[in-house]
Amino acid sequence: MKIEPADVSKVALLARLDLSAEEMQAMAAHLSGIVGYVQQLQEIDTSGVEPMAHAIELRNVMAKDVVAASLSRDAALSNAPRHDGEYYLVPAVLGE
Amino acid sequence: MTPPPTSTPPPVGAVRPYTVIVGLEVHVQLATHTKLFCRCPVKFGAPPNTQTCPVCIGLPGALPVLNETAYYLSVVTALALNCEIPAYTKWDRKNYYYPDLPKGYQISQFDLPMSCNGWLDLSDAQGRCSNRRIRIIRAHLEEDAGKSMHDEIAGRADTRIDLNRTGTPLLEIVSQPDLRSSAEAKAYLTELKLLLTYLGVSDCNMQEGSLRVDANVNLHIPVGSGTPEEIIETPIVEIKNMNSFRAVERALDFEVDRQYREWQATGKQKGEMPKQTRGWDDIHEVTKPQRSKEESSDYRYFPDPDLVPVTTTTDQLEAIRSTLKELPAALRLRLITDYGVTPYDADVIVNQGRTLADYFLAVADQCGDGKQACNWVTQEVLRSMKEGNLTIESFPIPSLELGRLIQSVQAGKLPRSRAKEVFGVMLEQILDLDTTLSRLGIQAVDSGALTDLGRELLAANPKVVADVQAGKEQAIGALVGQAKKSNPNVDPGVMRQILLDLIRQSAG
Ligand SMILES: [Zn+2]
Repeated sequence: MKIEPADVSKVALLARLDLSAEEMQAMAAHLSGIVGYVQQLQEIDTSGVEPMAHAIELRNVMAKDVVAASLSRDAALSNAPRHDGEYYLVPAVLGE
Repeated sequence: MTPPPTSTPPPVGAVRPYTVIVGLEVHVQLATHTKLFCRCPVKFGAPPNTQTCPVCIGLPGALPVLNETAYYLSVVTALALNCEIPAYTKWDRKNYYYPDLPKGYQISQFDLPMSCNGWLDLSDAQGRCSNRRIRIIRAHLEEDAGKSMHDEIAGRADTRIDLNRTGTPLLEIVSQPDLRSSAEAKAYLTELKLLLTYLGVSDCNMQEGSLRVDANVNLHIPVGSGTPEEIIETPIVEIKNMNSFRAVERALDFEVDRQYREWQATGKQKGEMPKQTRGWDDIHEVTKPQRSKEESSDYRYFPDPDLVPVTTTTDQLEAIRSTLKELPAALRLRLITDYGVTPYDADVIVNQGRTLADYFLAVADQCGDGKQACNWVTQEVLRSMKEGNLTIESFPIPSLELGRLIQSVQAGKLPRSRAKEVFGVMLEQILDLDTTLSRLGIQAVDSGALTDLGRELLAANPKVVADVQAGKEQAIGALVGQAKKSNPNVDPGVMRQILLDLIRQSAG
């Protein structure tokens, strides 16, 4: 399957990636390779096979609704590029 | 026969030349202690960013685990909404980038939701809408996002993010576009909220965001004169930012008129432009176009590999079904059939919430007279609550005392004419019935004493007896007045009946 630069452009927009024209070209080639590799699976006849939602046979893994310790605010914020000690700070989001 | 498009919208209340088509998406926060996939608390109003952990802020390597109670509450709600619960359900990632969504995806349910194909019946006892069955497409579980705050007044360049809400369990309930007016939309929301609070699955507090509503609306406009009529559909608009049921009603009314005018001006139909999202502006009372979060809403759903599917057996569902609390519709029916309450009053009582309904039931069971209990609760109790700004939880007269008050009237121990006075004293001075009666000097007058008094009065007033026997029954009033003068505890209605009975006996 051939991935065109237009496809890359759309995916880049959705992923909020700002790619240059050369990067678009390179990405299109890389993605075509990956998708083409996975596409070999299409050769298998899957008629009559139930779609599989999960690779593990486990079901119904649940936890009791009991509060456990959260991170301290300092610890939670410590990985953020910017914060004011209370909130994460991000560039202004308009048109909320 | 179809009226041609006109340049002005039809006046309010006029027959409109179109049908309004509305579907609602309701997000309701489930009443859990912890989040949907981690054990952070979901307490409202906590200091910002103090209720998060590696799972809900999406740190690498963290593993989500489903909240057992959240799942149970979602099944309870789905059963109450007459939904099918498939034996197998799974979790999907809905991918989009937004600063209040730290993982870059929301865990939701896409193609195999935990429930589908239900309905909610709307009744019309109070005349708000016609009897309608509103179909539910699906109800599914998903996690909430965080909150973004942009402080424009302070001129701050940054948006501040609080992730406390991230991962809070939500049940999204999606109706079919079966609603035909803003009033029906409001009636649906009111009944849904009532059902959710009766079930105890959510506090439904709109101010705290526990219940959020989005609406999809468009118009079906009949055109031409052919049979069958040709119908034009206007483009569907999704309305967001409605913070009260009243706002939903007004936003829909505004949007309906706006779409009709736009269709008159542009002739644009559904499919000729992408689906639009508009936000309700409560201050200016208009809907405004919103910039969409995603240029194209391509969420690229795929199964979440971190979460395993959930299966439910018929036996498990039946076990849960058997523990379902009584629903508002069933309680209304019970009040009508078992307590002799009118459909209108049943609606009034049930719509006040389960606590008031329980109060009524306790009063009625104590006094054994549903109609009297209903009169007292829907008139005196509700009026006093309104006047005193009281809730039923803080109402000073316990249900059993009100039941005994009604009983005392029925037994002739408390004159009917003084019952409201007694109620008022019990309410204001927070006294029980017996103390109130003795403070007011109200004593039971037994029927023997009343009969003796009646005989005396009749013996002393032969003219009144003669008048009554001649058919002037109202002449008895003078004797009732005398009886009350001689003993203020005499119930005029009871006294009147005794006097008339005595005259009839003497004549017969
Ligand atoms: Zn957490």
